[in-house]
Amino acid sequence: MSRIHDMGGRFGDGKVEVDAPDAPVFAEDWHARALAVTLACGALGQWNLDTSRHAREKLSPRDYTRFSYYEKWMAGLADLLVAKGVLTREELTKGHADGPSQLAERCLVAENVPSALSKGGPVDRPSDVAAKFAPGDRVTTRARARNTLVDGGHTRLPTYAQGATGTILRLHGAHVFPDSNAHGLGEAPEPIYAVVFDAAELFGAPERVGDEVILDLWQSYLSPA
Amino acid sequence: MFRWTVDSAARNAAPMPHDDHDHSVLPPDPALRVKALETILTEKGLIDPAALDAIIDTYQNKVGPQNGAAVVARAWTEPEFHAALMADATAAVSEMGFYGRQGEHLVAVENTGDVHNMVVCTLCSCYPWPLLGIPPAWYKSDAYRARAVREPRVVLSEFGVTLPDETKLRVWDSTAEVRYLVIPRRPDGTEGWSVDDLAAIISRDAMVGCGLVTVPA
Repeated sequence: MSRIHDMGGRFGDGKVEVDAPDAPVFAEDWHARALAVTLACGALGQWNLDTSRHAREKLSPRDYTRFSYYEKWMAGLADLLVAKGVLTREELTKGHADGPSQLAERCLVAENVPSALSKGGPVDRPSDVAAKFAPGDRVTTRARARNTLVDGGHTRLPTYAQGATGTILRLHGAHVFPDSNAHGLGEAPEPIYAVVFDAAELFGAPERVGDEVILDLWQSYLSPA
Repeated sequence: MFRWTVDSAARNAAPMPHDDHDHSVLPPDPALRVKALETILTEKGLIDPAALDAIIDTYQNKVGPQNGAAVVARAWTEPEFHAALMADATAAVSEMGFYGRQGEHLVAVENTGDVHNMVVCTLCSCYPWPLLGIPPAWYKSDAYRARAVREPRVVLSEFGVTLPDETKLRVWDSTAEVRYLVIPRRPDGTEGWSVDDLAAIISRDAMVGCGLVTVPA
């Protein structure tokens, strides 16, 4: 089982259509509004970044494919707002609110935008999980790129890199574990590494022998090779 | 742009009982869909339309590839900054005021004659916002996400870039919250240039690894 967003290494998508260097940041006004509404709703604190990524990944393959980029954002946001009880499906259907929200005090107001955006949301955390690997160590990824905590849940090991052997390039520190955090199961921070793979290991015949692909992978995805 | 078919619009008007996707009750036109969400959320006191304007202004006018270009130009001209950037990019660029959402954990990777670096996010569209702004459409496209890991040299050729065979290609798939900035090679003929003149020729695409920096003819 897989999800539609996990498309690395897929054939058939055709040429990359490169935007002109002077193309506007937002091709349509509603793209800008979609981004801003999404960030403003994130500031309500009802979900984390991993949950919102998973909301987009959970779109049906049909919707994921036919929706443009910001349509996916809108659909994921609408689903999350209802799932978390911020809005009701009836309100979405009517296009109007039934009444004010108890969360209104958390509303991101204009004067707080600069600080909210510049503060960001770092994900490095103290962790009592010791780093098992060091640069140069050979490691193998999970045989199946799947969330082992929640069936069909969020994971950041792409299918194209499952069951592959590579070499630890660097330790980034301990970061929040998305497989847990996306599902309200806690941040569960653990060591995360940049792991370098030979392109031939991932894809069989590489474009050029010796080319490499590097992924950032949590320790839970890795075992000694 | 996508337009809904009559069938899907009809399905939309009367959601199937087993359709658990709440977004399907929103209006079919995407601009109206965004407007509907904005209206409901504003009525509930959950969003401030002026805050939306401020967010848009930030990414339309203030935060963009000019930030990354300033970092690269400085790295090209100040050996101490270059060393600091390669050792801890987050700290080095924070000092220049470039920190924030989607740039909390930065790593700089440098192109040389031996290695060319290129960045993708195959799973979504992770990108170093404080340095490069909002990603361009091509970076978010299925074609780039799907192909950059498997046939990066063909993808590069679509950007007009051909790498010599002796140059190893390293593709960085941004699967976590670490964001990568490519430090392109400084072109010959720019000796003695000011930082500002250098920054002016450093393109966004070059800082993703999909372009080379050249001296304008």
